[in-house]
This record gives sequence, structure tokens and C-alpha cells, in this order.
Amino acid sequence: MTDVWMGVPWAVILIVLPLAAAMTAFVWPRISQLLVLGCSLVIVLAVTGLALQLWYHGVFHHALGGWGAPLGIELYADGLSLVLLAATGLVGAGVSVYASAYFSVEEKRRFWPIWLFLLAALNALFLSADLFNLYVTLELMGLAAVALTALPGSRDALAGAARYLFVSLLGSLAYLLGVALLYHAFGSLDIAVLAERLRPVPAAWVALGLMSAGLLLKTALFPLHFWLPPAHSSAPSPVSAVLSALVIKASLYILLRLWIMLFGPFAGDGVAAFLGLLGVAAILWGSVQALRQTRLKLLVAYSTVAQIGYLFLAFPLATVASWNATMVLLLSHALAKSAMFLAAGNFLNFGGHDRIADLDHIVQRLPLSAFAFALAGVSLMGLPPSGGFIGKWLLLEAALVQGRWDLAAVMLLGGLLTAAYVFKVLGKSFTQADVACTYQPKEIPARMQWVALILACGAILLGFGGTPLLPLLEIGVPFDGSGP
Amino acid sequence: MNWQVWLPLLVVLSSLLPGLIIFVLPENRVGLRTVLNISGAIAKLFLVGWMLWGVAEGHHFEARLALLPDIELVLRADPLALLFVTLSAVLWLLTTMYAIGYLEGSPHRSRFFGFFSLCVTAATGVALSGNLLTFLVFYELLTLTTYPLVVHRGTEMARQAGQSYLIYTLAGGALLLLGTVWLYTLTGTLEFTEHGFLHELDTAHHPSLIIIFILLIAGMGVKAALVPLHGWLPKAMIAPAPVSALLHAVAVVKAGAFGIVRVVYDVYGVEFAQMLNLLTPLAIAASVTIIWGSLRALFQDDLKKRLAYSTVSQVSYIALGVALFGPIGTIGGLVHLVHQGIMKITLFFCAGNYAEKLGIHRISQMNGTGRRMPLTTIAFSVAALGMMGAPLTAGAVSKAWLMDGATAANMPWVVWVLWASSLLNAAYFLPILWRSWFLSQPYAWPNDHPPIRQWREAPWLLLLPPLVTGTAILVAGVFATFEMSPLAWAQLITDREYFRGVP
Amino acid sequence: MSVALFYALAGAGLFSIGLHALLVHRHLLRKILAVNVMGSGVFLVLAAMAAPNAIALSDPVPHAMIITGIVVAVAATALALVLMLKLTAETGQAVLPGREEENS
Repeated sequence: MTDVWMGVPWAVILIVLPLAAAMTAFVWPRISQLLVLGCSLVIVLAVTGLALQLWYHGVFHHALGGWGAPLGIELYADGLSLVLLAATGLVGAGVSVYASAYFSVEEKRRFWPIWLFLLAALNALFLSADLFNLYVTLELMGLAAVALTALPGSRDALAGAARYLFVSLLGSLAYLLGVALLYHAFGSLDIAVLAERLRPVPAAWVALGLMSAGLLLKTALFPLHFWLPPAHSSAPSPVSAVLSALVIKASLYILLRLWIMLFGPFAGDGVAAFLGLLGVAAILWGSVQALRQTRLKLLVAYSTVAQIGYLFLAFPLATVASWNATMVLLLSHALAKSAMFLAAGNFLNFGGHDRIADLDHIVQRLPLSAFAFALAGVSLMGLPPSGGFIGKWLLLEAALVQGRWDLAAVMLLGGLLTAAYVFKVLGKSFTQADVACTYQPKEIPARMQWVALILACGAILLGFGGTPLLPLLEIGVPFDGSGP
Repeated sequence: MNWQVWLPLLVVLSSLLPGLIIFVLPENRVGLRTVLNISGAIAKLFLVGWMLWGVAEGHHFEARLALLPDIELVLRADPLALLFVTLSAVLWLLTTMYAIGYLEGSPHRSRFFGFFSLCVTAATGVALSGNLLTFLVFYELLTLTTYPLVVHRGTEMARQAGQSYLIYTLAGGALLLLGTVWLYTLTGTLEFTEHGFLHELDTAHHPSLIIIFILLIAGMGVKAALVPLHGWLPKAMIAPAPVSALLHAVAVVKAGAFGIVRVVYDVYGVEFAQMLNLLTPLAIAASVTIIWGSLRALFQDDLKKRLAYSTVSQVSYIALGVALFGPIGTIGGLVHLVHQGIMKITLFFCAGNYAEKLGIHRISQMNGTGRRMPLTTIAFSVAALGMMGAPLTAGAVSKAWLMDGATAANMPWVVWVLWASSLLNAAYFLPILWRSWFLSQPYAWPNDHPPIRQWREAPWLLLLPPLVTGTAILVAGVFATFEMSPLAWAQLITDREYFRGVP
Repeated sequence: MSVALFYALAGAGLFSIGLHALLVHRHLLRKILAVNVMGSGVFLVLAAMAAPNAIALSDPVPHAMIITGIVVAVAATALALVLMLKLTAETGQAVLPGREEENS
């Protein structure tokens, strides 16, 4: 049995299966829903299989079609990739189930193929080890994400999608120019090879600047976050969930990899401190903006802006513990934020609006979704027991060990601000609203409520998963800069 | 896994599971909900009794779960934990009965009792925590599960009370988290240990330890309502009477006071804390709270508000007892943890009865209640006299030990604080008793419900709990020297802390 | 100045011009063109690297990158054009509505 698990090239399946399914879904829409749900299941299985392979055999290399670097495409997986693949698998499966109830038949015909393309692109991105493959998958992901954002076809959605497309293209072109410079200067695209050859010459600095700027723009780190709230809030709810939970994490993943393996050692403390400062600003600015919003989905979107800031606090700390903390935070944010957007989508669908002031009628009639929102909020606030708490604990510990009181203070303040905007919504559950309301609400299928709740519970349960998770992260020791 | 591991877990689960089931029950399944509530409470009481017996027999109860590779969640039943857990288990049963009677027919009861059970779960977890991290986890859980109860009524006042509660407690939680992580970076362990685990630390860390102490005490002090961190408590009295009972006697305020005890005894160790000169400032903070709370209580006309300020004052007796260096003061503080609980819960039960049956919310409306609701008023009077420290009540026992402790610790000014507090207590409780027993009934009560039968002034679910706790006040006072009394248990704990377990 | 360096500088220049246009112009078609000009700049830089020199013959890797890049650019342009047409049909003009025109 174990041999069967070990022998299957799970990494290849992770990419090829959704890609093939996407094309099948396109030409044969009638079976597309079945295809997507089956595909989601297989992806979860494949990630599990890959985890086993990593656990027993260490880092994973695979040259597609027997062609190695530099011309061929090599797949690579270590603990870092695994965490992101797991997030994609879990959130992806949840969103697939949710979307199967959310969209109408006509919408689904367009949604499924693009959604599968997005899954394929995400998986491929997390399995890539060279700079150019990362570019291609990044673009594929960006285009699919833009198409999904535009799905409703309304004015807001189209404008949001167009704006998002230009930002995305600008980011990836800057990244590609940086890649070109690096290749010119050091003659390789493989991250590991580049890590050995990299010297602090001007070309490397320009490349660092261009690639980081492009990726930061796509990750929406303050002050490059301007495009995120309109795009994420105007998209259909399942798409918003994926955008906030996974898509921005993809560019962050590339940045993390580049930083840890390539740029970190020579960029020095100044750049790291600058990134940390931007993170601090993102936490404060995003939280305050979230608190000021009057629309629920915008509030959740600004919350993403703030939470991204936490992920950048590890840059100035730069210890294994702080990178681990970032990964735990990243995973718990993926689960919690997708749950939050899905719950918000339920409210929006049910009541036909997402004005926070009038939300009490809706929230009190959808207790499951309200509960999901609350649990997700607990994780975002970093209150125990939750994945957010574990991440915050590790990060706080790393900050205190290094005497970074400023960062510790910002983390705690950010948690309180998060509590403020989460309870601004949750407080609506406890008003004396007249629940027998005047309008005819739209029925919310049970599975849409349950998916949100299960994802939120996942964020909470992650609080108990630190023991198995952290050793898994150390596969291929991505965080001490020695890798792949 | 054997029963010694399972028992602490089961004690926590005995309220968690009913709570979770109650959430999904439809609003109209009153019978099933009541059965779940009461059976959960009785099961918890039974399990706690079992644990009490086991600890007395010398068994060691402990459950561990790794949260991170080197940090564990620990549930452990040591004598101090059992003191609190027994208190909250007994009072939970009574409060649940009372709440079932009190909320009969009101909306959102599934939600209410669900969070009610979770709240007690968190309090049990706080009591059984074996290290500071576990304490923090349940402490924050307590904050989250109490908020829905505070805002339960859904009025604008309730919303504001809930908001202020959250601001205070979450900020306190943040301080506690900071202190805990900081402590962890210094020591690498957070395990509660008799005599503390910090005295072996290098003296270079002592300034940090002082700041950490302040952070931890401030974090706990928010829930324990130490002045100036007490602002949320009087506002929270807007919640229904059972919730006030829960806040003031069973869970929240107690959790804060209990945390202070834990930090002083099992994190710092009382001798080490004394060496760092941390106890005297704590005693001063507690004394200020005692006097300030009493003074504010004096000027409240709203009955529940007066009781709330009285809590602010009385809970600090516990912190004061802990801060008096020496075994006698410690015994006084610990025993007051129990005594204050039964006295204050009686007062809130009675206040709830007055409001429910006669519509009385203000002290100025209480003329002649003694003749109309004699049983309730007797219970109220016993508890009020106990608060003043009248002889034969539980309050007298606490106060006597605290005063002896102050003398023994060579802090004579504390004796004056206690006398002043007793006088103030008398000043704000005696007028109430005077009005209800000796002034004549008004022409009409604000919102009268005719009595069911002549002697039954209220439904038995509302009447029984205050009578039981009222009796307990007298029993704890009269039979204080008996073997299983709270006082004897407090002495056992103190023996361990001061005399290394040798009685 | 070698031919390769000239190409590379020209590429960088095109990238900058495109970036400027992308930020300044409001009309969507101009923005789409601007992105394409930027892309061409990047491809020019890549092509310059592939030029044969004294040490090595022409390098195939940048060529592969350019071809892949062009495919991506075509797809992106097609998507952008569709969005523009839809938006024009919806709003009557091919500009981004809303408050943040200057940003995107």
C-alpha cells in the first residue's frame, strides 16, 4: 500500500489533472461540475501523497519528460511548497463545493473551466523551481484570476477586473525584466544555481528592485494595495475568497523563496527593515481602513491588506522561527479569510446587500454563517486556540528574543484593531432586530453555510496542528537559505 | 491513557459538550435543553467530587497536549485548582437552575445557554490550567464566550456594556500575552510550580521580571476589576441576573483573582515576589480598590450597580490576602475566593428576584420587601451581613484571617483598610436591610406579579438557589473548622506553599 | 557600444515609455498598447542577451523565453480587449470608471 502511495508522481498529477479537466470542462460542460468536485478530491489526495513522499524521501525533484534544466521544466517541492499546496487543496475544495451551489447553471459553465485553470496554475507555481516557470505560472494564474473577477459582467466587476489585469501585467512584466537581467548577469534561471553565482553587482540590485516591486504590487503590500479592495470586493464571493486566500499568497511565495534563497543574504538589513516597516504600515493602515468601511466585503478586503502586513514582519526578524511563524500565519489566514469571504457572500446573497449597519436582520437568520465569521475572526485576531494564535505566538517570541519591542507592540495593537472590526460585524448578531423581516430573502443552500463553517473550523484546528506542521516545514530546510 | 488523564478532560468536556449540543437545538426544545443543562452540571459536580476524593487520596491528575513542539496545553488538578473548580461547579449548577427559571419564555435561549455552558467550560479550564499558556488560552476563551451573554438583551445599553467589556478584557489579554511570551523567552518554561519557577533566574533579569509582573497583574487585574481597570464591571450589570451572578461569582471576576493567585504563588513564588518587593505595591493596589469600590457603592441607587461596586471592593480582598506575605494572610485570601463567591451570588440571585417579581431595580423602591418576599429577603440579609463581616457568617472568617495575616505580615495599615471597608460595607448594606424590614410597603410595586401561593413568593427555581447559597454562607461561617470546609482546604494549599508540603 | 548593449538599452527605453503611458493614459486601448510596448521592451532585452559573442554561440534559452512570453502577451491582450469591449458596452466609453483612474 505504501509503495503505491510512494510510487505515484503526485506532483505531476497536481498540475496535469486540473489542466486536463479544465479543457474537458470547456468542451463538455455537462460533466464539468462532477469533474471539478472529483478533481478537488484528487488534489487533496495528491497533496497528502506528496506530503508522505516528502516525509520519507526529503525534497522532491522531477524533470518533466526527462528534460532537465535549463531548457526542460523541473518540478521541485519542499516543506514551503507543501504548505501552500495544502492551502490550495483545502481552500480549493471548499470553494469548489461552495461554487457548485452559488452560481447558476449558465454562470457555472463559464466558471468551472477558468477555476480549474486557476487551480492548475497555482499548483504549478508552487511546484516550480526556476524563475521563468514561476513567471509563466504567475501569468497564467493572473489571467485566470482576472477572468474570474469579471464573471458577473456588471460595471463594477468589469472595471475591477480591468484594473486588476493592468496591475497584474505591470507586476509580472517588472518581474520578467528582473529575470532577464539576472539571466544576463549570471547565466541561469535555476534558483539554486543562481544562489551560488549571485554577486552584488548593479545588475543584481536592479533585478532585485524590479522583481520585488513587481511581486509586492501583486501581493498588495501597503502602499501598493490600492487595487486590492475594489477588485476583491466586487468579485463574486467564492472568487473573492480565492483571491484573498490563495492568489496574493502565490506572489508572496515567490518573494519569500527569492528572498530566503537568493536576495536575503546580500540585500542586507536595510531592505529587510524597509519591508518590515511597510508591513507595520500595512497592519495599521489596513486595520483602520477596515474599521471605517460601511460595506462588509470591503471591510474583509481591507482586513486582507492588514493581514498581509503580518507576513512581512518576519523579514527584519529573519530567523527560522519567524519564517515558521509566517507560514503558520499564511496558512491560517488562507483558511480564515476564505471562510470569512464565503460567510460574507452568504449574508450578501441572503439579504441582497452588505451594508454593515443593516446587517443584523441577516446575521441573525444565518447563525451558521455568523458562527463561521466569528471563528474566522478569532483566528485573525490571533486569539487562542487558533492557527492565528500559534503564528502570532511564534512571531511575538521571535520579536522579543531580538528585542524588537516596536514590532511586538504593533502585533498586539493590530490584534486589538482586528478585534474592533470583527466585533463591529459580530455585534450585529446580538441586537433586538425584528427577525421576521419584510423582504423575501433568498434561500441559502446548506452546503454554502457548512463550507464556510468547515474552513473556519480548519483555521481554529490549525491551532492544535503546530506539532506536526513545523517539522513538515523543515523538509528541505527552506528557511536557512541553503536550499533547493 | 488512564482515568487520571481522562478525569480533568472530562471535567472540561462535561460543560463543553452540552453547550455545543444546545447551540444546534431549536428554540422550542425546552425540555431537552433543560435536561442537557442540568445533567451536564450534575456530571461536572460528580466528576469534581471524584477528583477531590482522588487528590485527597494522593492521586495525581494531569492531561497534556502538545500545541507546539515545546509548548503544551496542560490540565492539572492541584489543590488550588480544585478550590476554584469546586466553587464554580457548585455555583454553576445553582446558576443554571436559576437561569432556567429566570429566562423562562424569553427569546434566544439556545444561544444563551450555549454560551453559558461554554463560559463555565472556560472557567473550568482556567482553574485546571497547569501552565501559563493554558491559562491564557482559557482566559481569552472566557472573554469571547462571556461577551454574547453581556450583550444578550440586545439593547443599546447592552451593546455599550459589551463594547466596554471587550475593550477592557481584550486589551488586558494583550498585556497578558506579551507578559507570557516575554516570560517564555527568558525561562523556556511556563509550568506552574509550587514556589514558582523564576527564583533560579539570573539577577540580571530581575528588572524584566518586575515589568513582566506588572504586565501579568494588569492583564489579570482587568478581569479581577482592580482599580483603575474596573470600568467594565458596573456597566456589565445591564446583563440578565444569572449573567451577573456568573460574572461576579462563578467565572469572570474569579478567573482574574485566581490568576493573580497563580502568578504570585506558582509563577513567581511568594518568597521570590517578596524579594523583588512586588507584594507591597500589590497590597496597595488592592487596598485602593477596596476603599474606592466601597465609596462608589455608597452612592449608587441602582441595586445591581451597588452590588457591582461592592464586588470591585470585595474581590480585591483576595489579591490583598495574597499580597500579605505569610501563611495567615494567604489563607484569608484563598478562603475569601470561595466565601465572596457564595455571598455575592446570593445577593445577585435576590436582586434578580426583586426585579423579576416586583420590578424593583432601585434601592429607594425596596421599602417593605421583607414582608412581601420574606425568604428572598432573609437570604439577602444573610449575604449582606456576611459582606460586612458579621459574626457567624463566612465573611467573618475571611476577615478575621486577613486581619491576623496583616498583623503577622507587619502591615498594620492593612488592618485599618479592612476596618474602613467593613464600616463602608455596613454603610451601604444596612440602609437596604432597614428599608426592606422596617419600612412599610408602598401602595404599589413598580411591576408586580401576584404570588403563586401565599408562602411561595417566586417560582421554586428562583427561590431555591439563593436559599441554598444563603445557608452555605452560614454553614461556611459556623463550621469553618471542619475537615472539608473551604477554610481547611485553603490551609492545605497554604501549607504546601509555605511549608513545602509538610503540614 | 555593442549591438547587444544597444538592443538592451532600447528595450529598457521601451519599457519605460510603456510604463509612463500605462500610468498616464485613461483610455483602455492606450493602456493595452502601453502594456504591449512594455512587453516588447522586455523581449528586446532578452533578445539582446541571446546574441552570439566571442565566447558562445547564440543562447537558445532566451529565445524560448521570448516565444513563451509572446504567447502569454497575446493571451493577456486578448483578455484585456474583451474586457474593454464589455466595459464599453456596459458604460458607453472605454475608460475605467471610479475614483482611482490615475492609479491603474
